[in-house]
Amino acid sequence: MRIRDGVVAEVGEGLTGSGARTFEGDGLVALPGLVDLHTHLREPGREDAETVETGTQAAALGGYTAVHAMANTDPVADTAGVVEQVWRLGREAGHCDVRPVGAATVALAGAQLAELGAMADSAARVRVFSDDGKCVADPVIMRRALEYVKAFDGVIAQHAQEPRLTDDAQMNEGEVSARLGLRGWPAVAEEAIIARDCLLAAHVDSRLHICHVSTAGSVEIIRWAKSKGWQVTAEVTPHHLLLIDEAAQTYDPVYKVNPPLRTSADVEALRQGLSDGTIDAVATDHAPHPLEDKEAEWQAAAFGMIGLEGALSVVQEAMVETGLLDWAGVADRMSVRPARVGRLGGGPDGHGGPIEVGAAANITLVDPAARVTVDPSTFASKGRNSPFAGRTLPGRVIATFLRGSPTVMDGKIV
Amino acid sequence: MKRDLLSAGELSRDEAVLILDTAEELAGLTERPIKKLPTLRGRTVVNLFFEDSTRTRISFEAAAKRLSADVLNFSAKGSSVSKGESLKDTALTLEAMGADGVVIRHSASGAPHRLATWVRGSVINAGDGAHEHPTQALLDAFTMRRHLGRLEGLRVTIVGDVLHSRVARSNVLLLSTLAAETTLVAPPTLLPVAVETWPCAVSYDLDSVLPKTDVVMMLRVQAERMNASYFPTVREYSRRYRLDAARMAQLPDDAIVMHPGPMNRGVEIAAEVADSARSTIVEQVANGVTVRMAVLYLLLGGAKA
Repeated sequence: MRIRDGVVAEVGEGLTGSGARTFEGDGLVALPGLVDLHTHLREPGREDAETVETGTQAAALGGYTAVHAMANTDPVADTAGVVEQVWRLGREAGHCDVRPVGAATVALAGAQLAELGAMADSAARVRVFSDDGKCVADPVIMRRALEYVKAFDGVIAQHAQEPRLTDDAQMNEGEVSARLGLRGWPAVAEEAIIARDCLLAAHVDSRLHICHVSTAGSVEIIRWAKSKGWQVTAEVTPHHLLLIDEAAQTYDPVYKVNPPLRTSADVEALRQGLSDGTIDAVATDHAPHPLEDKEAEWQAAAFGMIGLEGALSVVQEAMVETGLLDWAGVADRMSVRPARVGRLGGGPDGHGGPIEVGAAANITLVDPAARVTVDPSTFASKGRNSPFAGRTLPGRVIATFLRGSPTVMDGKIV
Repeated sequence: MKRDLLSAGELSRDEAVLILDTAEELAGLTERPIKKLPTLRGRTVVNLFFEDSTRTRISFEAAAKRLSADVLNFSAKGSSVSKGESLKDTALTLEAMGADGVVIRHSASGAPHRLATWVRGSVINAGDGAHEHPTQALLDAFTMRRHLGRLEGLRVTIVGDVLHSRVARSNVLLLSTLAAETTLVAPPTLLPVAVETWPCAVSYDLDSVLPKTDVVMMLRVQAERMNASYFPTVREYSRRYRLDAARMAQLPDDAIVMHPGPMNRGVEIAAEVADSARSTIVEQVANGVTVRMAVLYLLLGGAKA
């Protein structure tokens, strides 16, 4: 493969290396640069947890060439000013493209639509809008948001969590929460919102994206909505593909996350859903927190896990090594489809492949034979709250190219 | 013996019986004029109470003092992060003071488990959130055994707000280990999800269970639960689940009535029942000291003495 001026110039055998830098890719898998639909970069406001600089370094090391920065910063990304700031910080850092997500409602309060059009028209060209962290619970506001973003081909990414059913909820409601005496978070609190929003999206003929699907029932509802031809897409996190609620029994808040870890039956359904395409994308929900916010009793600790570095390894473990996805499938769920949801387009500026002549040279090279023991202290992210610490996972990102320029080489930031 | 007592469920049958037998031996002490043993002389026990609970705190304090331990009371209302010092910093402080044992009461389930990862001394769970209260279960079992002579096959009925009750959780686990037959009775709203997987029976109907009961344990029901629609009114709750004289009359002749306290007289238990000859409620308090002495003795009395 020859890369020239940021695009793929030639693909084939017998290319000569004269005058070019060459990179030996024997035994490696080339994927279109990964695209994350769900990243918390924490800047502005919580630079102690993460910055655009550290978060995008983590992304590049994880094989990502584009991330969607969630809006729950301080100030909230609910104006053109804030989304442009985040977008510009991303450009200056240069490790991957940062596509800000705009808040759907002012201050994520769920009461009044944010200036969605201004964010869409800004330099950040926002297409994904979300109150992530909070659910747009009011059905009228949700309906209006879905309708309104049609004007600029936007999508509402819903954090599906019925607030009244999850008041002070701490973990999945079930046998384990009952035993541990932790307030339960019933599956129905997620599923009821997803069902409602699928119906709303159909009613107004708009695009709905479901964030971090975590239950078997949600997968079923989304499968049904898709069978109707409705414009519904969905994502699942790496941790929901591998971990279950039993992990909470140590009361170690590294396993405290929103939505919560569910049961093995849910994990199985999520894997099947990702395999058959019901779930479109793997999205990290990378949520860095400073140490002190996790070194506490469970109830007082923050929700969230980091995920950019090692997401691909978790997917390899959960999906590839189980035969549920091949590498083309991984490329589809981690690059092609998330890029489509975010409208990151093709062409010389685009993400999401395919790797062909004329396409942007956003490429991730993976060594699938490698085995790496997860050590968060080596991460570029400021967060250390990885639930996979100490675990040995398959695969390693060797190199990441953003429009032809390496951002990662030999597994290290360039 | 284990280092910590975090859950009644982690006690084996032998360990639980050892605690009860040790308590039986120590019970004689309380009848002596000088109620003190030198066993834990020079050892430090910290009572770390993040939640108000005078009765449990003084019970542990009396138990530790009767074993000659030095007792420090650390009352830290309000919890970590948002309100000042974190649990971890408190733990490191206790560690620096050389606490041999820490008795912790906390509103957050699992706080004792977290504490145990940060201190070297023994951690004793004195009630954590809606999780467990293992020494309460031990003193309840001790009281049952004293009155009825056995635990195996004993039919124990626990009535009330099981959902929010750490006492119920610890009792179900310990009584199962000790081969008693437990039945939980509550309106469906006050029973935990998946309670059918617990090692006990479940009923919504108190009247049908009472004639087949050797021990009835009434749990405190807070009136505020009504506001969250766990039940319509206190009056309706009492009508269906209060132990009153008429219901008490359905019990077999030698059955006893228990309550972990504090009681809501008139709500879950009628005054004439609480004060009746069948009631062991005051005795449970006395047994609490004895059983906690046994726990402290077995956890702290060994290795480092």
